[in-house]
Amino acid sequence: MTIMLFLLQDGITNGAIYALLGLALVLVFAVTRVILIPQGEFVTYGALTYATLSSGQVPGTARLAVAMGIVAFGLDLFAGRRSLHAALLGRAFAINILLPAAILALTTSLAGRQHLIAVNIALSLSIVGTIGLFLYRIAFQPIAHTSVLVLLIASVGCHLALQGFGLVFFGAEGQRGPALSDAVFTVDPLRFTGQSIAIYAVTVALIAGLWLFFGFTLTGKALRATAVNRLGARLVGIRTALSGQIAFLLASVIGAVSGILIVPITTLYYDTGFLIGLKGFVAAIIGGLVSYPLTAIAALLVGSVEAFSSFYASNFKEVIVFTLIIPVLLLRSLAAPAVEEEKD
Amino acid sequence: MNPGPSALLQVTGAHIAYGKVEAVRGVSLDVAENEIVTIIGANGAGKTTLLNAVMGILPLKGRVTFAGQDIARLEIEDRVAAGLCLVPEHRELFGAMSIEDNLQLGAFRIAKAEAARSLERVYALFPRLKERRRQLAATLSGGEQQMLAMGRALMGAPKLLMLDEPSLGLAPIIVADIFRTIGELRASGVSVLLVEQNAQAALQFANRAYVMELGEFILDGPAKAVAADARIAASYLGFAQNEASGI
Repeated sequence: MTIMLFLLQDGITNGAIYALLGLALVLVFAVTRVILIPQGEFVTYGALTYATLSSGQVPGTARLAVAMGIVAFGLDLFAGRRSLHAALLGRAFAINILLPAAILALTTSLAGRQHLIAVNIALSLSIVGTIGLFLYRIAFQPIAHTSVLVLLIASVGCHLALQGFGLVFFGAEGQRGPALSDAVFTVDPLRFTGQSIAIYAVTVALIAGLWLFFGFTLTGKALRATAVNRLGARLVGIRTALSGQIAFLLASVIGAVSGILIVPITTLYYDTGFLIGLKGFVAAIIGGLVSYPLTAIAALLVGSVEAFSSFYASNFKEVIVFTLIIPVLLLRSLAAPAVEEEKD
Repeated sequence: MNPGPSALLQVTGAHIAYGKVEAVRGVSLDVAENEIVTIIGANGAGKTTLLNAVMGILPLKGRVTFAGQDIARLEIEDRVAAGLCLVPEHRELFGAMSIEDNLQLGAFRIAKAEAARSLERVYALFPRLKERRRQLAATLSGGEQQMLAMGRALMGAPKLLMLDEPSLGLAPIIVADIFRTIGELRASGVSVLLVEQNAQAALQFANRAYVMELGEFILDGPAKAVAADARIAASYLGFAQNEASGI
């Protein structure tokens, strides 16, 4: 019985992380139709950027953000070449060049000089957030009107590229980061670390935050509108390119938060994120890539199944988790008629 | 037809093609400020295609100027910002969102204070939308959806409202309601470009009319003159009466 409780606790902790990633996947797919394979890289980048900063070094991801910003600036100039005006130019320059450059300068000047966890987290999130934003601008915005399949292939390409950069920046060795809190509580027979409490709290807070954002702000509603009806959104003047950028920004920040939450309890390698992201993907698929609550519940299920299978059949842990998808897909294909891909 | 300097929308020599098939061939049209202009014609004449191309949904060869600005190469969103607005044939509402959310999004690009005033104006124009403002758009009847689509378009305070078949699939009593509203719009300074199969109603409310057949305009002029034209009376108006009650 006690073992069951331990496993369940472990499963819920992991499941909370998968829930965050699954929600981000659903969000990105709904707004942009991109199946975000590189979500796992956002986890890795967030975790290892935070770990590198904590060890007093400047992470390579800060330079990657600057490089991607320069490419994005070039694309903005090219796309707006017919109607270049000062306001457009200034905005593009501020977001693509000044922002990542300022973050790099801040990172370089602060790295190794201070050991405030909050500062390192803020820097990691801004670095990974800008990478996510520019990733959409560079890789997906120019092909936003193509089919889901083309977007998926581009997505796989981005995953491979970012993973390669990850190896360059962080090396092949795994890293761990400092915990957010060293506190420990005991509620017999369970033991809660401060880190696991932080995982629950941040997950709940992020979900509540997303709910408020989508339910009550005009920007959030515009994002939902883009997801519900792309043409309708364009006809009221919502720029779908901007919606896509916001969706990627949110997804990359969520991914980075997840990474920072788990890097104190698991050693992360440059390629670990992919597998973690895939488990969020399993949850998102169970939620049909549309339902946020179903995805969150499915993520807790995935986490629990993983915890139980790693205890009872650890060799088959991943096999069992990913096999979950098959009955779900079967059931879904029986329950819902095949949906033809939308035309636009 | 006198495309003077007061023309709000001016389309010159427009060709629109789906692949190799030309759906619209060398069409020119203009809408002046404070004017209701209608394009009538049978199904498949190219009316919807023309409206969609003016909005930027389809590529168009030719010149399109709006309020003195060349808009032929602008994206849809930039045309919306210039004051052009389309209520498309399929309405393209945000079905899973409430009526009020739909309306608020219609005012996405304008300032908040102005949006609040727009909302009151739209609710005054369509009191039924106010009664049901918490209801999801997808649960509305066809007529209410058309009202919502028009309301959403008006929220952005457009200079020119383009309506694609607003009467399609609606009961005659609601059609009358919609057309009365279109008439009221002119009083508030909005120009209207109306595409209709219901020629009789359209000609009654419009100032000027174009008649489209197989991708070309075969006739244009003041609505009354068009309505009086023997060819039109024979091929559209007699027909249109049946259609208004039939569809």
